[in-house]
Amino acid sequence: MPLTTVSSSPEASPSKPAALTFQELLFRLQSFWAERGCVLQQPFDVEVGAGTMAPETFLRVQGPKPYKVGYAQPSRRPADGRYGENPNRLFRHTQFQLILKPPPVNVQELYLQSLEAIGIDLKKHDLKFEEDNWEGPTVGAWGVGWQVMMDGMEITQFTYFQQCGGLDLDPICAELTYGLERLCAFMQDVDSVYDVVWARDPETGAVVTYGDVRLTEELQYSVYNFESADVSKLWAHFNEYEAEAQALLAQANATLASKEASAAEKRRFPLISTYELALKCSNLFNVLDARGAISVTERVGMIGRIRNLSVGVAKVYAAQQTA
Amino acid sequence: MADFLLEIGLDEVPARMIAGAEAELGQRVCDLLKRERLLGPKAKLTTYSTPRRLAVLVEDVLASQADSEEQLTGPSWKVAFKDGAPTKAAEAFAKKAGVAVEALEKITNAKGEYVGATVKRQGVAAPQVLAAELPKEVLSLYWAKNMYWRAGKPERFVRPVRWVVALLDAAVVPVEIAGITAGNKSRGHRILHGSDPVLLNSPESYVEALRKAYVMVDVAERRQTIRKALDAATRTVAGARWREDEPLIETVVHLTEWPSVVLGAFEPEYLALPEEVLVTVMRDHQKYFAVEGADGKVLPHFLAVLNTEVDAEGEEIIRHGNARVLRARFKDARFFWDFDQKVFLADRVESLKVVTFQKQLGSYHWKTEQNLVVVRQLAATVKAAGVAFDGASLLKAIELAKTDLTTELVKEFTELQGVIGGLYAKAQGLGETVAQAIYAQYTPASTEDAIPATVEGQLLGLADRIQTITAMFGIGSAPTGSKDPFALRRAANAIVKILAESGLPLTLVDVVAASGAEGANKEQVAAFLQERLSFYLKDVRGFAYDVVSAVLPADADDVRDAIARAEALTAARESADFAAISAAFKRIKNILRQAEEKGFDLGSPQDVTLAPEAQQLAAAADALAPQVAKLRQERAYGEALALIATLRPTVDAFFDKVMVLDPDAAVRGAHLGLIDQILRGFSGIADFSEIVTA
Repeated sequence: MPLTTVSSSPEASPSKPAALTFQELLFRLQSFWAERGCVLQQPFDVEVGAGTMAPETFLRVQGPKPYKVGYAQPSRRPADGRYGENPNRLFRHTQFQLILKPPPVNVQELYLQSLEAIGIDLKKHDLKFEEDNWEGPTVGAWGVGWQVMMDGMEITQFTYFQQCGGLDLDPICAELTYGLERLCAFMQDVDSVYDVVWARDPETGAVVTYGDVRLTEELQYSVYNFESADVSKLWAHFNEYEAEAQALLAQANATLASKEASAAEKRRFPLISTYELALKCSNLFNVLDARGAISVTERVGMIGRIRNLSVGVAKVYAAQQTA
Repeated sequence: MADFLLEIGLDEVPARMIAGAEAELGQRVCDLLKRERLLGPKAKLTTYSTPRRLAVLVEDVLASQADSEEQLTGPSWKVAFKDGAPTKAAEAFAKKAGVAVEALEKITNAKGEYVGATVKRQGVAAPQVLAAELPKEVLSLYWAKNMYWRAGKPERFVRPVRWVVALLDAAVVPVEIAGITAGNKSRGHRILHGSDPVLLNSPESYVEALRKAYVMVDVAERRQTIRKALDAATRTVAGARWREDEPLIETVVHLTEWPSVVLGAFEPEYLALPEEVLVTVMRDHQKYFAVEGADGKVLPHFLAVLNTEVDAEGEEIIRHGNARVLRARFKDARFFWDFDQKVFLADRVESLKVVTFQKQLGSYHWKTEQNLVVVRQLAATVKAAGVAFDGASLLKAIELAKTDLTTELVKEFTELQGVIGGLYAKAQGLGETVAQAIYAQYTPASTEDAIPATVEGQLLGLADRIQTITAMFGIGSAPTGSKDPFALRRAANAIVKILAESGLPLTLVDVVAASGAEGANKEQVAAFLQERLSFYLKDVRGFAYDVVSAVLPADADDVRDAIARAEALTAARESADFAAISAAFKRIKNILRQAEEKGFDLGSPQDVTLAPEAQQLAAAADALAPQVAKLRQERAYGEALALIATLRPTVDAFFDKVMVLDPDAAVRGAHLGLIDQILRGFSGIADFSEIVTA
């Protein structure tokens, strides 16, 4: 039984309206937040494990400048891949990531309005904000907040960021992360994300499902992450990316500390590229982990290495902003 | 006389923190009013809370502090007035006191003549006092985890403060907390009431005004409402009852402002999963109550506590949504269960090498090997004492105890470690004894929890925990203050509880010895366990502080013996004779301490002719000592203590008539020798001098 009342196609009868398609869900969220002054960004084009790691969050939350941004971020979790066989677990899921810096005083009310905007009648559902604090050790970030539970299901992670890149944030920001696949499966009332209607042809009513679009990818990614990825090459890539990032950070620190360097020189330092190298390391670490190539003792050390890079980037960013 | 209402409006506060904060806020407001002399004679304080608010209502608050008078003393009169004229000193004092120089008085006290000033203080009105004092009280509340939210980070609190209501009768108290100015507007239920403000005309209208806005501010009322709703929803299933779960009730009470309950169902096929898994999914992951039949078995239903009130359509939607989530979770659990069966526990031992127990110590494989060494020694001690158990099963259980850490189901439901291992052992035909021992290895998890039912399970639990404690102490990770990251106190509490409640013939010394601890490590661990024994006797068994202090110096090794002695002493202390004996022992100890400080030697009562009272005491003690020793041997502590109490008249007579510290060194020595002998001879059950007498 569909749980929502928003009609999106002409065929839908008033008594049993169709829930939003996957892409309509994204449209609605984007328009809702755009109407409230958010910049809409496109997904970041380097592999990340979560929307938080995209520079639109990781870098923009630093410093005093207010910023509001929303974007759908494909998020890779190699260990969560299930060859497309598990109805709820995905190697790559889509987060609609929203950063409100500083958080408006009515941020929770705005969030509830966004749920109404995607067709959820709050009077007919049970909604709770349950404590859930978030921590991202590889990006030196943490915050306090909630998992937003609707009818017993987590539909959003809501975090007041306190620290990022190892630096205290001032002002803080609110991070809202909508898990689009599970939210859509919930709204369309299907038991498998692969049955989610991604798009519906308004003329013919023909549907394309999430499975049509993504199932093969999920299978192939799982095969690569669990079976084919060449462990020694992954290690080599990791070490190379790390070395390059470290070298760039050393340069950056020298330039920023130099009295001779002009402000223009400081600003042109390619920090964004340095950060991308750190993200490459993070993704390689995740693949190595899925491959079972990282022992428990190594794990902590690896997280520390990635954290060093991201903390280094955050520091340079802060210095660059004031240069 | 007025009523005062304070309500702090917040973003949803974590459920686990609300009850403590509500009580603390009440206490702080009460202390503040008392300190500021604003609490009326019939003052009554009530506290309220929901996830979005903490509130305090105080009836009978004074409108203003009473005026007061204070006498200040200044410099000496001679310094302040020269030839009747005021000096600079007088003027300075008058200025400081805020009075005219002419108003200064002469005060005469024991030290001489001084200048005095009577200062009248006008009482400050309650609103001003509250406005000045409330913010720091509110912002001092303890929270397990705080956050910043305002730019510049002026304060830390659990969640952002969104509104403040502060009313003294109908008037708003002009207080500002965390940048929010107080008013008379509260907020109602997010969805049922919406964003319109809830106007409060007076403090006493608080509860009803919020009720109209779909917020039940009284925690007890919400608890009652939820219990009744659970009952009502369960009644629709024939012969069913909901499974009582106090902690879960508290959680949902603090997750709701306007609770209701919906009953849902799941497919009976999932009942094939172990009940432990079903209940964990429902309780820990979904905060649902399980439903059981008259036989106590789980039925394919669940109860979800909602934070709303819905119509029939809404209820159907919510029931359906919750059932959908639960089904997915059960499906996952069943998948993991089936998946895990592909690799037997016995084939998982090797993979424990990559599961870290503790970085500096080693893996769970290492831990398992250590546990085997410890349990062999414990088993030998127990076997020598004639206890029957299945040694082979015990070793098998230890070997496999940690293998469930490598299973998918435990990765998913970490709180079920041990339990899952036990269930898998059973499913894989390893036998009931092995399965039960593995299953119960982490029990008792708390001091209220039951100990493992089997000898094998008890030995496994003891070995695992003492090995952990000794190893952790060995790398300097003993608990300090409130820091106990490895839960070693809980582990030690479990050891004490197992020794207390099982029939195992083991002492704390046996347990420490089996761990292989040596030298300083051994002493530290032994002292740690004794300290936990003291905690157990006081906080778990409820023995009085002084009884425990008396019992443990006599012996703190045999747990069950310590309990028996504490019980006997608790019963005996009620008698007047025994109280007198306790007082006498305290006196004996003091005298002996004095004697030691003065360098007096102890002598023997045989050396000199003593006063008749001293002779009688010596004779009585000689006669009683062997009888008491025999009763102690037989652990007939009640009788032994009764016997010791019969010494009272003899002891009393001795202290009445005899000067213990006699000027004659020989006599004094004999007296000291006598009381020392009594102290030693009769302190084997308890150190009576520790008993606090009225």
